[in-house]
Formats: sequence, C-alpha cells, structure tokens
Amino acid sequence: MAEQNNIAIRARDITVAFHGIAVLDKLDLDVRRGDVMGFVGPSGAGKSVLLRTIVGLNKRVRGTIEVLGQDLDKLNYRQRREIEERWGVLFQSGALFSSLTVAQNIEVPLFEHTDLPVDVVEEICALKIGLVGLPPEAASKYPMELSGGMRKRAGLARALALDPEIVFLDEPTAGLDPIGAAAFDELVRSLQSSLGLTVFMVTHDLDSLHAVCDRIAVLGDKHVIVTGSMAEMLEQDHPWIRDYFHGPRGRAAR
Amino acid sequence: MTSAAREGWLERIEAPDSLTLNLGGRWDMRSAQRHEKELRHLRPSGKQALRVDFSAIDSLDTAGAWLLFRLAKRLRAEGVEVAFDNLQAPHADILERLAKIESHVEIEPPKPNPLVAIVALIGKSVIDIGVEIMESIAFLGLTAVSFARAVLRPKLFRVPAIFYHMEQAGLNAIPIIALIAFLIGLVIAYQGAIQLRQFGAEIFVVDMVAVSVLRELAILLTAIVVAGRSGSAFTAQIGAMKINEEVDAMRTIGLDPMQVLVLPRLIALMIVLPLLGFVADVMGLVGGGVMSMIELGISPSQYIDRLEQSFAPWSLGTGLLKAPVFAAIIALTSCHMGMKVSGSSESLGKFTTRSVVHAIFAVIVVDAMFSIFFAYIGI
Repeated sequence: MAEQNNIAIRARDITVAFHGIAVLDKLDLDVRRGDVMGFVGPSGAGKSVLLRTIVGLNKRVRGTIEVLGQDLDKLNYRQRREIEERWGVLFQSGALFSSLTVAQNIEVPLFEHTDLPVDVVEEICALKIGLVGLPPEAASKYPMELSGGMRKRAGLARALALDPEIVFLDEPTAGLDPIGAAAFDELVRSLQSSLGLTVFMVTHDLDSLHAVCDRIAVLGDKHVIVTGSMAEMLEQDHPWIRDYFHGPRGRAAR
Repeated sequence: MTSAAREGWLERIEAPDSLTLNLGGRWDMRSAQRHEKELRHLRPSGKQALRVDFSAIDSLDTAGAWLLFRLAKRLRAEGVEVAFDNLQAPHADILERLAKIESHVEIEPPKPNPLVAIVALIGKSVIDIGVEIMESIAFLGLTAVSFARAVLRPKLFRVPAIFYHMEQAGLNAIPIIALIAFLIGLVIAYQGAIQLRQFGAEIFVVDMVAVSVLRELAILLTAIVVAGRSGSAFTAQIGAMKINEEVDAMRTIGLDPMQVLVLPRLIALMIVLPLLGFVADVMGLVGGGVMSMIELGISPSQYIDRLEQSFAPWSLGTGLLKAPVFAAIIALTSCHMGMKVSGSSESLGKFTTRSVVHAIFAVIVVDAMFSIFFAYIGI
C-alpha cells in the first residue's frame, strides 16, 4: 500500500496506434511521486504521444493508466475533473489562448476550478507570473506580442495555476537561449523541491537532464527501453543510449 | 503519504498579548478556498501580536502560502506585529519566494475612458473605410502585377492548383446552386402567376421568369452562395497559413504568395462562376417551367415555345457577362482578408466574417451599377 502511494503515474501495457500502425506497444512505466522524470528517445519514438496519452488527449488501443492511485478509465465526470485539477500540462509551443492576455490565460483554470474571489485570483495570477520569472508588464500582453521563451514561461504559469501535484512538460527548454534554459531548469528544480511536484518532462536538453532529472526513461522500439538515474544511463550498452549520453553533446553537458 | 494527509485546518488561541493561529494539514488550493473569508477579515484585538504556527502543516502550496503571506502583509501595514513560527525549510522557501514577487499586475491592457473610446471608434471606422478602399485598390494592383508577370512567364501559372480550386469552388458547388436556382424559378413563376392571372396574362409568366432569372437572379444568387461558400474558405485557408507563418515561410523560400495563393484562386473562380451561373440559369428556367405546368397548366412544349419567342440573347449575355466580375470581387476580397489575418484565432474569425460581408456587399453594388449601365446602352 505504501509503495502504491509512492507512484504518481503507473502505466501498464499501453498500446497506441495511429491508422493501424502502433506508435507505442505494450509500454510499462512508473513515475514515482516527487521525482523529476526525464523522457528521452529518438525523434518519433512517441515521447509526446505518451504524454498526450496519459493526460487523455490520445486514445489508446489497450492498457491501463493510474494517476495518483486512480485508474483513469474508472473515473466518473466529477472524479475526472478532480484529477485534472491535480495535473498541469505545458505544451511544446505554449498553447496559450491567443485571444486572452497572459494574465487571463492563467486565470482560466482558477476561475474554472475554484470559487476564489476575483481579487485573490488576480493576486495568485500575479504570483504565478512572478514565480515563472515573467516581468509584471507581460501580464497584460497578448501571446502574439511575446517572445517564444516568454510564451513558454506563460504556459508554465498556466500549468501551475492550480498548484498541481504533477506537471507534464513537453520540451520545456527547446527554443530557449542557454541562460534562459538554465534558469528554467533551476525554476523546475526549485518548484519541485518546495512544492513537492512530480515532473514528467519530455526533453532533448542534456543539460536539463543533468540539472533537474532524478530519473531518466529512454523510449525506443515503441516502449521504455530503460529507466534509471543519470549514472545508470552512462553505463548502458544499448547503442542509441551510448551515442546519446556519450556523444559530443553528452560529454559537454557533463 | 500526502494524499492521506488531513485537509488544512486552522485553530485560534487567544492570549492577552497575542493571537496564535495554529495551522495544520494540507494548506493547498482547496483549503485556501475554505479559509479565505476567515483570514481576509482576521484582526487581533487591541495590542495583540499575531503568531502563525506552521508546525503541524503537512504541505503548503503557493495558494495556501499566499493567503498567509497576504494576511501578514495586511496586518503589518496596519501596525500589527506578525511572526511566523516553526517554519519548515521548504515552506520558508516558498514564503521567501513570494516575498520577492510583485503582487499586482495589469490583467488587461489599459482601457481608455468610454466616451473617448466611442468618439475614437467612430473616427477610426471612418478612416478605416478609406484605408480599406486604398488597400483593396493596392491589392488589386498587386494581383494585376502578379498576373502580368505570370503572362510573361506562363510557368508561373499553377495549373494543378487552378484545377483543384475549380473543383472545390465550382464542381462541388453545383448541387447547392442548382437546387437554389430551381427553387427561385419555382417561386417567381408562382408569384407571377398569381399577379398576372388577374389580367388574364398568364403566358407572360414565362417572359417574367426568363428575364428575372437570366438577367439578375441566377447570377446574383450564384455569386452570393459562392461568396459564402468559397470566399470564407479562401479567407480561412490563407488566414490559417498566415497565423502558422506559412506565408512568411513562402516569402523566404522565394515563392510569391500572390502567385501561389491568390492567382490560382482568382483564375479558378473567374472560370467557374460563369459556368455555375449557366447551371443556375438552366435550373431557374426549369423551376419556372415546373411551376407554370402545375399552377397554370402550361405544357412543357408551350413553355419552351414561349421561351423561344421571348428570348433575347442579351438577357443571357448580360447575366453571364457579370459573372467573371463578381468572381474577381469575391476572390480578391477573400484573399485580401486572408492576408490581413494576424496572430490570434479571433482575428481569423473577424476577417472571415468581413470577407463574406464585404464580398456580398460589393457584388450587389456592382450588380446595380451593371443594371444602370446595361439600361443606358440599351441591351
């Protein structure tokens, strides 16, 4: 029972297919509570598909997914909404609502899921904006007026609006300058430690993997090849993993 | 573990010189909602200081922390001493972080005084009309230049794209246009029969159907349907490509969006609209014939006889002459509006609406001008 409780995401026998072609096949996965778990793998290995499948945006052919101890297939509408309050998703390009300002974007989940008074919502919104390192002036801007990096931060602020227990990040540092990316890593790490977040992070950024990930899962051949710490990754014999972590970029990141 | 932890709770302990708040359980968004009212109005009486004891807190999130931070901030501003006791390291970390954050942001861009806004809106609309006319003329010019360039280098005509749009905007529109024209023919013959019967001039229903359908209605309705059907599609396609930066990508690759996007649509529409207009002409006459037979007992052969006698070639000609002009208006308006889309999905919706409204409006105005012109030259 205690062990059960320590697992934030448990996926078993996940098969996802598009047009009859399997992208993920009989995939098993455990993400422990409070871990920052990095997902790597060659392009097209299904990292984003796995993320989308867990949060319910893709249909799966087979398999069960338990999030925070609850089987997602067995939830009624209300329970499903409760689970959705307990996770936040940052999409690759931010996926901000283009007709709303940054602040209004962050307020959307707060108004939708809570009945906090307007002034508190606005303050929490300001807080999240500060928390992700956006300048206060960015709040009243529309997404199209922001740079890519700022859009990502705004997307993270929206994902964190409800203080979720699990955060899904799809390539959070892609397209950020190295300083911005390092700051983002630092942000994820410190939010994780102070808020006890579980982080599911799809990334190709080796620096991020070193800096923030407790564990790494490598996707390939339609399933999880291996999971483990960075040190364990470096000892793997699998050719792709060797090339990935021991290649020039892998060495530089160490 | 955390899921088993208790919900956040709050306990007050009054002492002569201090008010202590013992906090415990999960201080998260849910607890924050429950205790928000209480904390908002909490005030120690007299000279009391406030002590907040964190020792029993299992977990603290930013919303929970914010409520406490906000309380402390308010009371300190009122001169009350506030102390946080038994802070655990991660909780202290969160509070420290909050202290550094600016707690007020503008949610929306500043809005001007409503009165000024109304006056400004009126002025802006007037200027916008002028700007829009200028822009449309510029767009027409740009299209003409692209067309001229393509004439000089015929390779630039994108034939497959032209055929594709002919199929989408033309072939696929035949059923709806045929149906509408047929029904309009029916209605006109019916209304005409009721009126003309009073004078015993039933047979002139045929003339009436022929003139109104061939000269005006068939082509006008065709243009309106195409504006709604294909004009909106053109704007949405080009607009979505603008949002997605595909149009910018074309430019950097050296493709001229006018050549690639606008010309094929323009040419395709100019070819198919007269053809659709002809389909509408025929179906309108058929509709009129059916109603004449039902309502007036005019047999098909009589109907055709009468049509032949009353048929003026120019009735058909004037209708079909207008078609390419209407096609150009629809294609240019919708492509132009598509090109003006920027950024948000809202802008896409706005310009798609505007494209259809402007195209239909322009078609009707030009139709009126044609009527006057044809009457003047006597055809």
